[in-house]
Amino acid sequence: MSKFYYAPTHEYVKVDGNIGYIGITDYAQHQLGNVVYVDMPEEGDELTAGEEFGAIESVKAASDLFAPVSGTVVEVNSQLEDEPGLINKDAMNNWIAKIELSDLSELDNLLDEAAYKTHCENEH
Amino acid sequence: MEENKRTCLFDKHQALGALISPFGGFDMPIQYEGIVEEHNAVRNACGVFDVSHMGEVTIVGPDADKYVNHIFTNDAAGATAGKCLYGMMLNENGGVVDDLIVYKRGDNDYLLVINASNIDKDLNWIFGHAEGYNVKINNLSDVMGELAIQGPEAENVMKDVLGVDCSDLTFYEFKETIYDGEPAIISRTGYTGEDGFEMYASHDVIRSVWDSLIGSGKVAPCGLGCRDTLRFEVGLPLYGDELTDEISPIEAGLGIFVKLEKPEFIGKEATVKIKEEGAKRKIVGLELTDRAIPRHGYAVLNENDEKVGEVTTGYHAISVDKSIAMALIDAKYAALDTPLKVQIRKKTFPAVVVKKKFYKKSYKK
Repeated sequence: MSKFYYAPTHEYVKVDGNIGYIGITDYAQHQLGNVVYVDMPEEGDELTAGEEFGAIESVKAASDLFAPVSGTVVEVNSQLEDEPGLINKDAMNNWIAKIELSDLSELDNLLDEAAYKTHCENEH
Repeated sequence: MEENKRTCLFDKHQALGALISPFGGFDMPIQYEGIVEEHNAVRNACGVFDVSHMGEVTIVGPDADKYVNHIFTNDAAGATAGKCLYGMMLNENGGVVDDLIVYKRGDNDYLLVINASNIDKDLNWIFGHAEGYNVKINNLSDVMGELAIQGPEAENVMKDVLGVDCSDLTFYEFKETIYDGEPAIISRTGYTGEDGFEMYASHDVIRSVWDSLIGSGKVAPCGLGCRDTLRFEVGLPLYGDELTDEISPIEAGLGIFVKLEKPEFIGKEATVKIKEEGAKRKIVGLELTDRAIPRHGYAVLNENDEKVGEVTTGYHAISVDKSIAMALIDAKYAALDTPLKVQIRKKTFPAVVVKKKFYKKSYKK
């Protein structure tokens, strides 16, 4: 069974065993508007929790992507290179990077769905 | 921090669910439905922008012809009444204090439309250089509202929705009329590369016109987000990006709006010198092969990775579906097809110099 965890910076990680799929949340895609480019990491890149690993660009501006957890990139979603708008269509299924988590205990620092929802409401 | 100002339509933007952000000292609508949808509405049909943040200043009096020509690069005194003129106010070094449109209402009778972000600076400049000229300067920025009605359907919208026939106006002409029993100025001008009009009137009239336009269902409310993507694609400059106190209109490729044959104006000597010596920097267009997006301030590099300039505006453009930019670079690299690079975060991406009119304008001349 996979489970979603959320960072206050609006990235999610969907975790299945020690594999995580990192993307941006539906709330984030809505705030950004039309996504026109995703600056993705490369396979083999080491991500560190809380640190920038790429960027996502809407028409208007570039926003940094922050790793919700640490790990090694094993795959990037190359579909997003030609169709970045997939993130607007379905952000929760169009992940950006698939990683092998290096420290499962980091998940304890993230928000669950209910806590993330409250976090978003408080941003208004 | 000082509170941002609001235009007379602020409550209407909120009611439409607009995303509001600060711009030029105002809380302004950036988008309603979305930048792409609004951009396409203007390219294909009609959109309306609240541009009431723009500043309006009148200059009248026996020396107004002489004074406007003293502070303005274009030849206002030589124009006929009913004409709009685009141009700049320059400082003594030839840098741009502001770019503006001057409305010639009659001999010695002018309306200047200036950028919101520069209102205070411009007023200081305009009042500060008027000594010895018999003119009366009036700042109407807080009492006058402005709407831009833009797109291929704009002329029909003006007629069918507002009942104002504008077919008599050609590009950069205006007329003074009465709307809702109050005076209004309507010009065939805009900042989108499409046909369209700008309308100036009291806050009450602007609110009523806005309601009529939105209520008609024929006009999309458009935010400043798409105003920037639209003007950028047709190579129009934005003060703060392509024009600043430090950039000459010659460097920006706007020399045709600087009438050096006029006997005098502030900044003339400096401009003549820049022209004679040749501009050392130029605003050029850049096209990237990758989808990565060049943004304002990103470094432009030559093939040896030496910095030769900076991006002034960049987008993954909507009507041309390419990553393109305007950039201020060393004139040595400004020739068309020159291969350059843009530094985007940690990587560099190949770019080539292209014409900065990325999309063809559709003005009604």
